[in-house]
Amino acid sequence: MLDTKQIGWSREEMAQKVAVDIPDGSYVNLGIGIPELVADFVPEDREVIYQTENGLLGMGKVPSKEEEDRELVNAGKKCISAISGASYFHHADSFAMIRGGHIDICVLGAMQVSKNGDLANWSTGAKDDIPAVGGAMDLVAGVKRIFVITQHTTKKGLPKIINQCTFPLTGKNVVKKIYTNLAIIDVKEDRLFIKELAPNIDFDFVQKHTEATLFQYEKNNPSL
Amino acid sequence: MIDKQVSSLEEAVSEIFDGSTVMIGGFGEAGSPIELIHALIDKGSKDLTVVSNNTGSGHIGLAALIENKQVKKMICSFPRTANSMVFPELYRDGEIELELVPQGTLAERIRSGGAGIPAFFTPTSVNTPLAVGKESRIINGVENVLEYAIKADYSLVKCHKADRYGNLIYHATARNFGPIMCSAANIAIVQSKQIVEVGELNPEEIITPGIFVKRVIEITNPAHESELVAKQMKYPC
Repeated sequence: MLDTKQIGWSREEMAQKVAVDIPDGSYVNLGIGIPELVADFVPEDREVIYQTENGLLGMGKVPSKEEEDRELVNAGKKCISAISGASYFHHADSFAMIRGGHIDICVLGAMQVSKNGDLANWSTGAKDDIPAVGGAMDLVAGVKRIFVITQHTTKKGLPKIINQCTFPLTGKNVVKKIYTNLAIIDVKEDRLFIKELAPNIDFDFVQKHTEATLFQYEKNNPSL
Repeated sequence: MIDKQVSSLEEAVSEIFDGSTVMIGGFGEAGSPIELIHALIDKGSKDLTVVSNNTGSGHIGLAALIENKQVKKMICSFPRTANSMVFPELYRDGEIELELVPQGTLAERIRSGGAGIPAFFTPTSVNTPLAVGKESRIINGVENVLEYAIKADYSLVKCHKADRYGNLIYHATARNFGPIMCSAANIAIVQSKQIVEVGELNPEEIITPGIFVKRVIEITNPAHESELVAKQMKYPC
Protein backbone atom coordinates (compact mmCIF):
# COMPACT_ATOMS: atom_id res chain seq x y z
CA MET A 1 0.00 0.00 0.00
CA LEU A 2 1.21 3.46 -0.87
CA ASP A 3 2.31 5.47 2.14
CA THR A 4 0.52 8.75 1.54
CA LYS A 5 2.07 10.23 4.69
CA GLN A 6 5.30 10.93 2.81
CA ILE A 7 3.39 12.86 0.16
CA GLY A 8 2.09 16.42 0.11
CA TRP A 9 2.32 18.81 3.03
CA SER A 10 4.36 18.09 6.18
CA ARG A 11 2.73 18.27 9.62
CA GLU A 12 4.13 21.77 10.03
CA GLU A 13 2.80 22.89 6.65
CA MET A 14 -0.63 21.48 7.53
CA ALA A 15 -0.54 23.40 10.82
CA GLN A 16 0.45 26.53 8.91
CA LYS A 17 -2.53 26.10 6.58
CA VAL A 18 -4.86 25.97 9.57
CA ALA A 19 -3.14 28.94 11.22
CA VAL A 20 -3.72 31.31 8.30
CA ASP A 21 -7.46 30.51 8.47
CA ILE A 22 -7.69 31.70 12.09
CA PRO A 23 -8.87 35.33 12.08
CA ASP A 24 -7.38 38.05 14.28
CA GLY A 25 -9.10 38.20 17.67
CA SER A 26 -10.24 34.58 17.72
CA TYR A 27 -10.58 32.43 20.83
CA VAL A 28 -9.23 29.02 19.90
CA ASN A 29 -8.99 25.59 21.51
CA LEU A 30 -6.33 23.26 20.14
CA GLY A 31 -6.56 19.49 20.57
CA ILE A 32 -3.69 17.21 21.52
CA GLY A 33 -1.11 16.20 18.87
CA ILE A 34 -0.77 17.88 15.45
CA PRO A 35 -3.31 20.59 16.44
CA GLU A 36 -0.85 21.83 19.09
CA LEU A 37 1.53 22.86 16.28
CA VAL A 38 -0.97 25.40 14.93
CA ALA A 39 -0.09 28.00 17.58
CA ASP A 40 3.47 28.21 16.21
CA PHE A 41 2.28 29.46 12.83
CA VAL A 42 -0.30 32.14 13.52
CA PRO A 43 0.87 35.31 11.73
CA GLU A 44 2.56 37.81 14.05
CA ASP A 45 0.09 40.60 13.31
CA ARG A 46 -2.84 38.59 14.65
CA GLU A 47 -3.82 38.39 18.30
CA VAL A 48 -5.27 34.95 18.97
CA ILE A 49 -6.14 33.70 22.46
CA TYR A 50 -5.77 29.98 23.16
CA GLN A 51 -8.00 28.24 25.65
CA THR A 52 -6.96 24.98 27.23
CA GLU A 53 -9.95 23.18 28.70
CA ASN A 54 -8.20 22.26 31.94
CA GLY A 55 -8.56 25.88 32.98
CA LEU A 56 -6.51 28.56 31.22
CA LEU A 57 -7.40 31.28 28.73
CA GLY A 58 -4.19 32.68 27.28
CA MET A 59 -1.91 29.71 26.81
CA GLY A 60 1.61 30.76 25.85
CA LYS A 61 4.75 29.10 24.57
CA VAL A 62 6.38 25.96 25.94
CA PRO A 63 8.59 27.09 28.85
CA SER A 64 12.27 26.28 29.30
CA LYS A 65 13.06 23.33 31.57
CA GLU A 66 13.93 25.71 34.44
CA GLU A 67 10.66 27.60 34.13
CA GLU A 68 8.44 24.50 34.12
CA ASP A 69 5.63 24.45 36.68
CA ARG A 70 3.96 21.04 37.06
CA GLU A 71 0.73 22.81 37.96
CA LEU A 72 0.67 24.88 34.77
CA VAL A 73 -0.20 22.36 32.08
CA ASN A 74 -2.30 22.03 28.93
CA ALA A 75 -4.99 19.49 28.09
CA GLY A 76 -2.26 17.04 27.07
CA LYS A 77 -0.75 17.49 30.57
CA LYS A 78 2.37 19.09 29.12
CA CYS A 79 3.97 22.06 30.85
CA ILE A 80 3.07 25.37 29.21
CA SER A 81 3.19 29.06 30.08
CA ALA A 82 0.52 31.70 30.52
CA ILE A 83 0.60 34.91 28.47
CA SER A 84 0.36 38.34 30.02
CA GLY A 85 -3.39 38.90 30.38
CA ALA A 86 -4.19 35.22 30.90
CA SER A 87 -6.85 33.97 33.30
CA TYR A 88 -7.42 30.74 35.23
CA PHE A 89 -10.80 29.18 35.98
CA HIS A 90 -12.35 25.95 37.20
CA HIS A 91 -13.65 23.17 34.97
CA ALA A 92 -17.33 24.13 35.05
CA ASP A 93 -16.44 27.64 33.83
CA SER A 94 -14.08 26.20 31.24
CA PHE A 95 -16.82 24.08 29.74
CA ALA A 96 -19.27 26.98 29.97
CA MET A 97 -16.89 28.72 27.54
CA ILE A 98 -16.85 25.63 25.34
CA ARG A 99 -20.46 24.44 25.47
CA GLY A 100 -21.80 27.96 25.70
CA GLY A 101 -20.53 28.86 22.23
CA HIS A 102 -17.88 31.34 23.35
CA ILE A 103 -14.95 29.63 21.61
CA ASP A 104 -14.66 30.51 17.92
CA ILE A 105 -12.56 27.66 16.57
CA CYS A 106 -11.45 24.25 17.77
CA VAL A 107 -8.81 22.25 15.93
CA LEU A 108 -8.99 18.51 16.55
CA GLY A 109 -7.34 15.33 15.35
CA ALA A 110 -9.44 12.58 13.80
CA MET A 111 -9.58 8.85 13.40
CA GLN A 112 -12.42 9.13 10.88
CA VAL A 113 -14.46 11.94 9.31
CA SER A 114 -17.55 11.26 7.21
CA LYS A 115 -18.80 13.15 4.16
CA ASN A 116 -21.42 14.95 6.25
CA GLY A 117 -18.92 16.07 8.90
CA ASP A 118 -19.41 13.34 11.48
CA LEU A 119 -16.27 12.96 13.59
CA ALA A 120 -14.85 9.88 15.32
CA ASN A 121 -11.74 10.58 17.39
CA TRP A 122 -12.09 8.98 20.82
CA SER A 123 -12.44 5.22 20.56
CA THR A 124 -12.01 2.39 18.09
CA GLY A 125 -14.82 0.58 19.86
CA ALA A 126 -12.55 -2.48 20.19
CA LYS A 127 -13.32 -4.67 23.17
CA ASP A 128 -9.94 -4.30 24.89
CA ASP A 129 -9.78 -0.57 24.16
CA ILE A 130 -9.95 1.58 27.31
CA PRO A 131 -12.49 4.22 26.31
CA ALA A 132 -11.34 7.78 27.08
CA VAL A 133 -13.30 10.74 25.80
CA GLY A 134 -11.98 13.82 27.64
CA GLY A 135 -13.49 17.06 26.37
CA ALA A 136 -13.89 16.14 22.69
CA MET A 137 -17.68 15.67 22.77
CA ASP A 138 -18.21 18.97 24.60
CA LEU A 139 -15.96 20.79 22.12
CA VAL A 140 -17.81 19.53 19.05
CA ALA A 141 -21.16 20.26 20.72
CA GLY A 142 -20.37 23.86 21.59
CA VAL A 143 -17.54 25.45 19.61
CA LYS A 144 -18.66 27.56 16.65
CA ARG A 145 -16.33 26.04 14.04
CA ILE A 146 -14.60 22.65 14.19
CA PHE A 147 -11.50 22.15 12.03
CA VAL A 148 -9.91 18.74 11.70
CA ILE A 149 -6.20 18.32 11.01
CA THR A 150 -5.12 14.80 10.13
CA GLN A 151 -3.07 12.62 7.83
CA HIS A 152 -5.21 11.80 4.82
CA THR A 153 -5.01 8.04 5.40
CA THR A 154 -4.44 5.68 8.32
CA LYS A 155 -1.04 4.15 9.14
CA LYS A 156 -2.11 1.24 6.95
CA GLY A 157 -2.92 3.59 4.07
CA LEU A 158 -6.70 3.25 4.39
CA PRO A 159 -8.97 6.26 3.86
CA LYS A 160 -9.93 8.27 6.96
CA ILE A 161 -12.42 10.40 5.05
CA ILE A 162 -15.27 8.02 4.42
CA ASN A 163 -18.99 7.78 3.69
CA GLN A 164 -19.97 6.77 7.19
CA CYS A 165 -17.83 6.48 10.32
CA THR A 166 -17.42 2.92 11.58
CA PHE A 167 -15.87 3.98 14.91
CA PRO A 168 -18.08 5.39 17.70
CA LEU A 169 -18.94 9.03 16.98
CA THR A 170 -17.68 12.07 18.86
CA GLY A 171 -20.37 14.18 17.21
CA LYS A 172 -22.65 14.29 14.19
CA ASN A 173 -22.42 16.97 11.43
CA VAL A 174 -19.79 18.89 13.36
CA VAL A 175 -16.69 19.22 11.13
CA LYS A 176 -16.53 22.32 8.93
CA LYS A 177 -13.10 21.92 7.36
CA ILE A 178 -10.53 19.13 7.00
CA TYR A 179 -6.82 19.84 6.59
CA THR A 180 -4.81 16.81 5.47
CA ASN A 181 -1.36 16.32 4.00
CA LEU A 182 -3.01 16.06 0.56
CA ALA A 183 -5.70 18.72 0.54
CA ILE A 184 -7.90 21.20 2.35
CA ILE A 185 -11.51 20.07 2.17
CA ASP A 186 -14.67 22.04 2.99
CA VAL A 187 -17.63 20.15 4.41
CA LYS A 188 -20.82 21.66 2.97
CA GLU A 189 -24.09 19.97 3.89
CA ASP A 190 -23.24 16.36 3.06
CA ARG A 191 -20.69 17.03 0.35
CA LEU A 192 -16.94 17.45 0.43
CA PHE A 193 -15.37 20.18 -1.71
CA ILE A 194 -11.66 20.46 -2.42
CA LYS A 195 -10.54 23.95 -1.39
CA GLU A 196 -6.83 23.52 -2.07
CA LEU A 197 -4.53 20.74 -3.21
CA ALA A 198 -1.01 20.18 -1.87
CA PRO A 199 1.80 20.83 -4.38
CA ASN A 200 2.08 18.13 -7.06
CA ILE A 201 -1.10 16.44 -5.87
CA ASP A 202 -4.03 16.23 -8.26
CA PHE A 203 -7.74 15.76 -7.65
CA ASP A 204 -7.79 12.17 -8.86
CA PHE A 205 -5.01 11.20 -6.47
CA VAL A 206 -6.87 12.63 -3.48
CA GLN A 207 -10.09 10.96 -4.60
CA LYS A 208 -8.27 7.64 -4.90
CA HIS A 209 -7.35 7.87 -1.19
CA THR A 210 -10.77 9.08 -0.07
CA GLU A 211 -13.77 6.79 0.27
CA ALA A 212 -16.33 9.60 0.08
CA THR A 213 -16.94 11.32 -3.24
CA LEU A 214 -15.10 14.65 -3.57
CA PHE A 215 -16.36 17.68 -5.46
CA GLN A 216 -14.56 20.55 -7.13
CA TYR A 217 -15.68 24.15 -6.85
CA GLU A 218 -16.78 25.66 -10.14
CA LYS A 219 -13.95 27.91 -11.29
CA ASN A 220 -16.31 30.70 -12.34
CA ASN A 221 -18.02 30.84 -8.96
CA PRO A 222 -15.45 32.20 -6.51
CA SER A 223 -18.12 33.01 -3.94
CA LEU A 224 -18.33 29.35 -3.00
CA MET B 1 -15.04 29.97 67.00
CA ILE B 2 -14.67 28.38 63.59
CA ASP B 3 -11.48 26.47 63.03
CA LYS B 4 -11.48 23.92 60.24
CA GLN B 5 -7.80 23.08 60.56
CA VAL B 6 -6.85 19.55 61.45
CA SER B 7 -3.38 18.64 62.59
CA SER B 8 -2.85 15.26 60.97
CA LEU B 9 -3.62 13.59 57.64
CA GLU B 10 -4.95 10.65 59.61
CA GLU B 11 -7.51 12.86 61.32
CA ALA B 12 -8.38 14.58 58.01
CA VAL B 13 -9.63 11.35 56.41
CA SER B 14 -10.65 9.50 59.58
CA GLU B 15 -14.39 9.42 58.85
CA ILE B 16 -14.30 8.21 55.25
CA PHE B 17 -16.43 5.09 55.50
CA ASP B 18 -16.57 1.97 53.32
CA GLY B 19 -18.83 2.50 50.32
CA SER B 20 -18.38 6.30 50.24
CA THR B 21 -18.45 8.37 47.09
CA VAL B 22 -15.22 10.35 47.08
CA MET B 23 -14.37 13.12 44.63
CA ILE B 24 -10.66 13.59 44.08
CA GLY B 25 -9.43 16.82 42.49
CA GLY B 26 -6.71 17.10 39.90
CA PHE B 27 -6.15 17.02 36.18
CA GLY B 28 -3.33 14.52 35.94
CA GLU B 29 -0.94 15.56 38.68
CA ALA B 30 -1.93 19.25 38.63
CA GLY B 31 -4.09 19.66 41.71
CA SER B 32 -3.95 16.01 42.77
CA PRO B 33 -4.07 15.87 46.60
CA ILE B 34 -1.50 13.11 46.83
CA GLU B 35 -0.92 13.28 50.60
CA LEU B 36 -4.66 13.01 51.33
CA ILE B 37 -4.97 10.08 48.90
CA HIS B 38 -2.10 8.29 50.63
CA ALA B 39 -3.80 8.92 53.98
CA LEU B 40 -6.93 7.28 52.56
CA ILE B 41 -4.82 4.29 51.54
CA ASP B 42 -3.51 4.09 55.12
CA LYS B 43 -7.07 4.26 56.41
CA GLY B 44 -8.04 1.42 54.08
CA SER B 45 -11.68 2.37 53.36
CA LYS B 46 -13.13 -0.04 50.79
CA ASP B 47 -15.79 -0.18 48.05
CA LEU B 48 -15.32 3.47 47.19
CA THR B 49 -16.86 5.17 44.19
CA VAL B 50 -14.26 7.68 43.06
CA VAL B 51 -15.02 10.69 40.88
CA SER B 52 -11.86 12.10 39.29
CA ASN B 53 -10.92 13.19 35.77
CA ASN B 54 -8.22 10.53 35.36
CA THR B 55 -7.15 7.30 37.05
CA GLY B 56 -3.67 8.20 38.24
CA SER B 57 -0.13 7.39 37.13
CA GLY B 58 2.42 4.79 38.11
CA HIS B 59 1.85 3.21 41.52
CA ILE B 60 1.29 6.26 43.70
CA GLY B 61 -1.62 8.61 44.45
CA LEU B 62 -4.93 7.71 42.82
CA ALA B 63 -3.36 4.79 40.92
CA ALA B 64 -2.17 3.35 44.25
CA LEU B 65 -5.63 3.73 45.80
CA ILE B 66 -7.05 1.75 42.86
CA GLU B 67 -4.22 -0.80 42.99
CA ASN B 68 -4.94 -1.31 46.70
CA LYS B 69 -8.42 -2.53 45.65
CA GLN B 70 -10.22 0.23 47.56
CA VAL B 71 -12.16 1.48 44.54
CA LYS B 72 -15.10 -0.44 43.11
CA LYS B 73 -16.10 2.18 40.57
CA MET B 74 -14.47 5.10 38.76
CA ILE B 75 -16.46 7.98 37.31
CA CYS B 76 -14.11 9.86 34.98
CA SER B 77 -13.57 11.33 31.52
CA PHE B 78 -10.12 10.07 30.62
CA PRO B 79 -9.06 6.82 32.30
CA ARG B 80 -5.90 6.22 30.28
CA THR B 81 -2.89 8.50 30.29
CA ALA B 82 0.85 8.08 29.99
CA ASN B 83 2.12 5.87 32.83
CA SER B 84 -1.37 4.70 33.70
CA MET B 85 -1.21 0.91 34.00
CA VAL B 86 -3.16 0.06 37.13
CA PHE B 87 -6.65 1.01 36.01
CA PRO B 88 -6.45 -0.42 32.46
CA GLU B 89 -5.35 -3.79 33.80
CA LEU B 90 -8.11 -4.05 36.43
CA TYR B 91 -10.68 -2.79 33.92
CA ARG B 92 -9.73 -5.39 31.32
CA ASP B 93 -9.96 -8.06 34.03
CA GLY B 94 -13.44 -6.81 34.94
CA GLU B 95 -12.35 -5.96 38.48
CA ILE B 96 -13.35 -2.30 38.44
CA GLU B 97 -16.40 -0.51 37.08
CA LEU B 98 -16.10 2.52 34.82
CA GLU B 99 -18.64 5.24 34.15
CA LEU B 100 -17.17 7.26 31.31
CA VAL B 101 -18.43 10.84 31.22
CA PRO B 102 -17.48 13.64 28.80
CA GLN B 103 -15.25 16.09 30.66
CA GLY B 104 -17.62 19.06 30.46
CA THR B 105 -20.58 16.92 31.45
CA LEU B 106 -18.56 15.58 34.38
CA ALA B 107 -17.75 19.13 35.48
CA GLU B 108 -21.37 20.28 35.14
CA ARG B 109 -22.71 17.20 36.97
CA ILE B 110 -20.37 18.01 39.85
CA ARG B 111 -21.22 21.73 39.74
CA SER B 112 -24.93 20.88 39.75
CA GLY B 113 -24.43 18.53 42.69
CA GLY B 114 -23.13 21.43 44.74
CA ALA B 115 -25.67 23.92 43.42
CA GLY B 116 -28.88 22.06 44.22
CA ILE B 117 -29.68 21.29 40.58
CA PRO B 118 -30.69 17.61 40.38
CA ALA B 119 -30.26 17.21 36.61
CA PHE B 120 -29.82 19.21 33.41
CA PHE B 121 -30.07 18.87 29.64
CA THR B 122 -26.93 19.15 27.51
CA PRO B 123 -26.21 18.73 23.79
CA THR B 124 -22.89 17.00 24.60
CA SER B 125 -22.76 13.31 23.56
CA VAL B 126 -25.96 13.36 21.45
CA ASN B 127 -25.70 10.74 18.65
CA THR B 128 -22.82 8.98 20.40
CA PRO B 129 -22.62 5.75 22.42
CA LEU B 130 -22.43 7.83 25.62
CA ALA B 131 -26.01 9.04 25.08
CA VAL B 132 -27.45 5.54 24.78
CA GLY B 133 -30.17 4.87 27.33
CA LYS B 134 -30.40 8.50 28.44
CA GLU B 135 -33.57 10.57 28.30
CA SER B 136 -33.45 13.09 25.49
CA ARG B 137 -35.42 16.16 24.58
CA ILE B 138 -35.42 18.61 21.69
CA ILE B 139 -35.14 22.15 23.05
CA ASN B 140 -35.17 25.09 20.61
CA GLY B 141 -34.66 22.63 17.78
CA VAL B 142 -31.57 21.03 19.31
CA GLU B 143 -31.43 17.54 20.74
CA ASN B 144 -30.17 17.26 24.33
CA VAL B 145 -29.61 14.43 26.81
CA LEU B 146 -30.56 14.47 30.46
CA GLU B 147 -27.62 14.23 32.84
CA TYR B 148 -27.90 13.83 36.60
CA ALA B 149 -25.96 15.74 39.24
CA ILE B 150 -23.25 13.96 41.21
CA LYS B 151 -22.84 14.52 44.93
CA ALA B 152 -20.13 13.10 47.13
CA ASP B 153 -19.78 12.09 50.72
CA TYR B 154 -16.23 13.45 50.71
CA SER B 155 -13.98 15.44 48.42
CA LEU B 156 -10.21 15.50 48.57
CA VAL B 157 -8.82 18.71 47.10
CA LYS B 158 -5.47 20.49 46.94
CA CYS B 159 -5.08 24.25 47.03
CA HIS B 160 -2.40 26.89 47.37
CA LYS B 161 -3.51 29.00 50.33
CA ALA B 162 -6.28 28.56 52.88
CA ASP B 163 -7.41 30.06 56.16
CA ARG B 164 -9.15 28.51 59.16
CA TYR B 165 -12.56 29.48 57.73
CA GLY B 166 -11.83 27.24 54.74
CA ASN B 167 -11.47 30.07 52.22
CA LEU B 168 -9.24 28.87 49.40
CA ILE B 169 -7.12 30.11 46.55
CA TYR B 170 -5.45 27.86 44.02
CA HIS B 171 -2.34 27.85 41.85
CA ALA B 172 -2.53 28.03 38.03
CA THR B 173 -4.24 25.07 36.32
CA ALA B 174 -4.22 23.08 39.58
CA ARG B 175 -7.57 24.75 40.29
CA ASN B 176 -9.38 22.52 37.76
CA PHE B 177 -12.04 20.51 39.66
CA GLY B 178 -11.22 21.87 43.14
CA PRO B 179 -13.92 24.54 43.58
CA ILE B 180 -16.80 22.44 42.22
CA MET B 181 -15.73 19.34 44.12
CA CYS B 182 -15.65 21.31 47.38
CA SER B 183 -19.25 22.44 46.89
CA ALA B 184 -20.52 19.02 45.72
CA ALA B 185 -19.30 17.15 48.81
CA ASN B 186 -20.93 16.70 52.15
CA ILE B 187 -17.46 17.00 53.65
CA ALA B 188 -14.72 18.66 51.60
CA ILE B 189 -11.23 17.96 52.90
CA VAL B 190 -8.52 20.25 51.57
CA GLN B 191 -4.75 20.11 51.73
CA SER B 192 -3.20 23.53 51.39
CA LYS B 193 0.41 24.48 50.81
CA GLN B 194 -0.05 27.24 53.33
CA ILE B 195 -2.60 28.19 55.97
CA VAL B 196 -2.71 31.93 56.60
CA GLU B 197 -4.45 34.09 59.20
CA VAL B 198 -8.08 34.97 58.64
CA GLY B 199 -8.14 38.30 56.79
CA GLU B 200 -4.92 37.74 54.89
CA LEU B 201 -6.66 36.43 51.80
CA ASN B 202 -8.12 39.25 49.73
CA PRO B 203 -11.92 38.73 49.67
CA GLU B 204 -11.93 39.83 46.03
CA GLU B 205 -9.59 37.00 45.15
CA ILE B 206 -10.92 34.07 47.17
CA ILE B 207 -11.94 31.33 44.73
CA THR B 208 -13.66 28.89 47.07
CA PRO B 209 -15.61 30.58 49.89
CA GLY B 210 -15.14 28.81 53.22
CA ILE B 211 -18.74 27.63 53.47
CA PHE B 212 -17.94 24.83 50.98
CA VAL B 213 -15.03 23.46 53.00
CA LYS B 214 -15.11 21.37 56.20
CA ARG B 215 -11.45 20.59 56.92
CA VAL B 216 -8.10 22.03 55.95
CA ILE B 217 -4.64 20.68 56.59
CA GLU B 218 -1.35 22.34 55.82
CA ILE B 219 0.98 20.29 53.62
CA THR B 220 3.90 22.63 53.05
CA ASN B 221 5.86 20.56 50.57
CA PRO B 222 3.48 18.31 48.66
CA ALA B 223 5.07 15.52 46.63
CA HIS B 224 5.15 15.84 42.85
CA GLU B 225 3.41 12.87 41.28
CA SER B 226 5.58 12.90 38.13
CA GLU B 227 8.78 12.86 40.21
CA LEU B 228 7.56 9.87 42.25
CA VAL B 229 6.52 8.08 39.06
CA ALA B 230 9.92 8.78 37.47
CA LYS B 231 11.57 7.26 40.55
CA GLN B 232 9.21 4.27 40.20
CA MET B 233 7.98 4.78 43.73
CA LYS B 234 5.09 2.73 45.10
CA TYR B 235 2.63 3.52 47.84
CA PRO B 236 2.50 2.00 50.39
CA CYS B 237 6.31 1.65 50.02
